[in-house]
Amino acid sequence: MQTQATQFAGGFSDAPINAAHAFRAAMTVMACPGKIRTLTGAQAPKPLSEAAATLLLTLCDPETGVYLAGEADTDDVRQWLTFHTGAPLVGAAQADFAVGTWTDLQPINAYRIGTSEYPDRSATLIVECAELLQSGAVLSGPGIKDTAQLKLPDMQALQANSTLYPLGLDFFFTSGTQVAALPRSTQIAEG
Amino acid sequence: MSEYNFAYLDEQTKRMIRRAILKGLAVPGYQVPFASREMPMPYGWGTGGVQVSAATLTPEDTFKVIDQGADDTTNAVSIRKFFENTAGVAVTEETEKATVIQTRHRIPEAELTEDQILVYQVPIPEPLRFLEPRETETRKMHSLEEYGLMHVKLYEDISQHGDIATSYAYPVMVQDRYVMDPSPIPKFDNPKLEMSAIQLFGAGREQRIYAVPPHTKVVSLDFEDYPFEATKADHACDLCGAENSYLDEVILDDAGNRMFVCSDTDYCRSRRAAGHVGRLGTEDAA
Repeated sequence: MQTQATQFAGGFSDAPINAAHAFRAAMTVMACPGKIRTLTGAQAPKPLSEAAATLLLTLCDPETGVYLAGEADTDDVRQWLTFHTGAPLVGAAQADFAVGTWTDLQPINAYRIGTSEYPDRSATLIVECAELLQSGAVLSGPGIKDTAQLKLPDMQALQANSTLYPLGLDFFFTSGTQVAALPRSTQIAEG
Repeated sequence: MSEYNFAYLDEQTKRMIRRAILKGLAVPGYQVPFASREMPMPYGWGTGGVQVSAATLTPEDTFKVIDQGADDTTNAVSIRKFFENTAGVAVTEETEKATVIQTRHRIPEAELTEDQILVYQVPIPEPLRFLEPRETETRKMHSLEEYGLMHVKLYEDISQHGDIATSYAYPVMVQDRYVMDPSPIPKFDNPKLEMSAIQLFGAGREQRIYAVPPHTKVVSLDFEDYPFEATKADHACDLCGAENSYLDEVILDDAGNRMFVCSDTDYCRSRRAAGHVGRLGTEDAA
């Protein structure tokens, strides 16, 4: 059991300002796949990274279902997220946001990819990574001048996701205080 | 200002807008529905752009607002003051110094950089709306990529006027998928839609947000034998002498005299400050 202190601690110290900074970082990486930015301000119980915790506090509230995948689904994390955001905890098929490691988030086809008339009604996955590297897969498409590089957890699954365009999932990759993103619009090739 | 939450809107509203912006960036040109709020200004005054700016601004930003290219019109001044009061951000009239630029109906002449964000005020976000009034139908047309009606409209322009008469809000195809209304910018500005800055579009009354990430492919619709042409008045600016900027026509008297001036006031000012003089300009005008 966690103490009450950890459940209530770890929120934004100045919510409007912390969230504004965090959103700008999140927007920049989603607009420019391959870019890496810093996300700080929130501390969640283990195993969530600071970047993932900050994203959750910036984007989630009682209107968004959150799926905690695998190791991220602990009592501590549940209580922390509920206290700070009020977001309902749901299964993968109902989630607006899902958080966990790539392995824990499987199967990737369990999430909502939107409908042809409302492609925005799709899940955003926050993938916890050991590290973020600007090497490996070669990215091109909206937000990228010529090409960019980003190490991806599973190239084939992400290529399959991009073929669903304009449907599909959008990804944030988080590690420590760093964040990168991969929207469904990005074309992925071998590095 | 402690009387307001930072940037006026409450945090839950900003989260809702931010989620819409992220989905908009992930599907360039697609109009994301959002729960537009009442703002302390009337619809038509840029409530969509104001809400997007409120969700995007940080305290460190430098904010610029233009209305038809001008920093000093009522709409631009009041929105600039609004965020000066509610967000405490620095403001500027210089395009190069701004990090967030909210615009009504123009893209600045100066080329924007990767570190800048351009927020458009949009009256009617649906490019097919005047061709098909039903939202249920236009949504279906977007989902099926059924844009024949738009080409028929441009074709009828040619058959009636001899060329494509649409001169503003000229429809574009974004990343080979969605036809998008670039807001009522003159078609002169269309080629600039492929830029390095993030472009966000907010339509308050119609409750839509859409976006174009940097370096996204944006093509103005046209025909092989009637290619798209970015047109402007065939003059040079009478104040700064610029030959490649978009011009406003100003009637000077009732004897038919007129002058043409840059619609982008900051561009014109900086050119005059650098010593450029047009037909009616004077050396010390800047």
